[in-house]
Amino acid sequence: MAMRAIREVRGQAVPLPGDDIDTDRIIPARYLKCVTFDDLAEGLFRDERFDESGAAKGHALDDPRYAGARVLISGSNFGCGSSREHAPQSIARAGFEAVIAESFAEIFFGNATTLGLVCVAVSPTARRALIEAVRADPQLELVIDVAAGQVRAGDQTFEASLPSSAREALLDGFWDPLGELLEGVSAVREVAERLGHVATGA
Amino acid sequence: MEPPRSLYQKVWQEHAVRRLRNGQTQLFIDTHLIHEVTSPQAFGMLRDRGLKVLMPERTFATVDHIVPTHTRLEPFADPLADEMIRELRKNCADNGIQFFDLDSGHQGIVHMVGPEQGITQPGTTVACGDSHTSTHGAFGAIAFGIGTSQVRDVLATQTLAMSELKVRRIEVNGRLHPGVYAKDVILHIIRTLGVKGGLGYAYEYAGDVFDRMSMEERMTVCNMSIEGGARCGYVNPDDTTFAYLEGRPFAPKGAAWAEAVERWRGLASDPACVYDDVVTIRAEDIPPTVTWGINPGQAISIEQRVPTPDGAPEGERESIAEALAHMKLTPGAPIAGTKVDVAFFGSCTNGRVSDFVEAARFLEGRRVHDGVHAIAVPGSQHVKAECERLGIDRVFRDAGFEWRDAGCSMCLAMNPDKLVGDQLCASTSNRNFKGRQGSPTGRTILMSPVMVAAAAVTGRVSDAREVFGVTREAVA
Repeated sequence: MAMRAIREVRGQAVPLPGDDIDTDRIIPARYLKCVTFDDLAEGLFRDERFDESGAAKGHALDDPRYAGARVLISGSNFGCGSSREHAPQSIARAGFEAVIAESFAEIFFGNATTLGLVCVAVSPTARRALIEAVRADPQLELVIDVAAGQVRAGDQTFEASLPSSAREALLDGFWDPLGELLEGVSAVREVAERLGHVATGA
Repeated sequence: MEPPRSLYQKVWQEHAVRRLRNGQTQLFIDTHLIHEVTSPQAFGMLRDRGLKVLMPERTFATVDHIVPTHTRLEPFADPLADEMIRELRKNCADNGIQFFDLDSGHQGIVHMVGPEQGITQPGTTVACGDSHTSTHGAFGAIAFGIGTSQVRDVLATQTLAMSELKVRRIEVNGRLHPGVYAKDVILHIIRTLGVKGGLGYAYEYAGDVFDRMSMEERMTVCNMSIEGGARCGYVNPDDTTFAYLEGRPFAPKGAAWAEAVERWRGLASDPACVYDDVVTIRAEDIPPTVTWGINPGQAISIEQRVPTPDGAPEGERESIAEALAHMKLTPGAPIAGTKVDVAFFGSCTNGRVSDFVEAARFLEGRRVHDGVHAIAVPGSQHVKAECERLGIDRVFRDAGFEWRDAGCSMCLAMNPDKLVGDQLCASTSNRNFKGRQGSPTGRTILMSPVMVAAAAVTGRVSDAREVFGVTREAVA
């Protein structure tokens, strides 16, 4: 069952410099006390944005110049740590459609792709140039071209990579694999039969 | 004749169902573990799509993240936590999933329960909506943390869409110094290879240090693979593995046991197999290791000084400065002597019986320093009961630790156990991220259980070898 093909994301971007931004920072654990993902936008980078009294700390996400942005730009190993899908869920539910970073932690990357949140990797030089360009002109529209493997910002073009499996899935509209996995259920039963069930105590 | 293969490759090939259109593999998952935090939304997604759990006998549940450890009275004081445990109970009952609930005597952190029950077995694929699922690799299982949409995928299809990883063999040979533990070994590996060094890799831990380790020590090592960026890490199964598993409730019995052991032996990596990368570390080079920063790779020997941003390569200066600012540490000062407010003993990294037994040898007859809040949280109800049978709880209590019920507790603070303000915690857990232990300004220093005992007793980050006298012969 195909979903919408995602060929590109266009929009303003917010710079979130720094490496190794972990999922506890993206969404603190207290926001995980929920049985649905519906209200997660509120928790996005909560403790980076507000102090314990609730006062804003002047974070880029709350800077009116970046209001309406659809793209985050960050450093290497973005989304490391906890496997919580709440992290990409909160990013997506806050209105973001893509993350540009130097590299991504694998569990985060998989979780994000399954939601159709586009994650592309760029070089350190490209990351710095993009952040500079966006800071100089917060209205600048970035184009993340999934098919071409590029990020374009004004007259600058940067190479952007993502694993071929994710690229194909986005372009094909099969970024959520459940439909295709379900199609394989008869083959799954055969493998289960062949391997047997080991944790039965028998 | 088949080419020599690693355990990872053998298990992967055995469990590959078919190739998906984007080139990924539909991979069969033998064993699925679930808990209250990352599963309710997945059950909701199944309901929304009118799907059933395909093989409920392959999913096992327990409750760990949100449970209070100071009282088991229900309803919980926190209505959100209470809603989560009730939701898990209902989902398990509705779908015929075995649930190791609070009154079962078997509840605990999900990564303790699988091994204790003999559910975690060599050569299996294990998935759980928790990044520390890598723990189960200690048994020669390929075990990875997954997100909630993938929990949904496993419930509905018993498979995942996965890409095959490369394999890096990490060999540690030689003799560990007295006072150096499994926790120091993995912190040293992460410090050496970096928190993103493992991206794209499965880690195979090999060499005589791991060969000599107990299963509990191997679990400590595999547990933190993800902190080094590796989604899974494993140790090849051997007699130590089989001795641990034999007789456990879900392990094979009778003739099936002998057959299983035979099969498991054959799954170990072939001696001639070719790895994508090999890293060799001398056991003698590993010191008692502590973190100073805000990720587990920002670690140093207990004898070293906190780094200075000025002396670092340009790309690292910013992150060192950020870490030092959060930790409120003085650049260039010795890490030993840093004042400690809280000592946390527990978690899926170091909440097992041997962790408590080893620390108790040194806590006996000693007192927690004035002003240090010390809590000891067994990782499971089995660990708690065994420690109590051995009188270990008494040693911890007499020393001034609070002796709690089983759960994740202050490792991630989704329960009442939290740091307050900028308290500094000496912790046996696995993450020192900003805010991880429940206060946005709270500070965490990761270390081995015996080092936490030393910090609790002195009120400072301390070299346990000095505080307690040289500890014991090398562990492995």
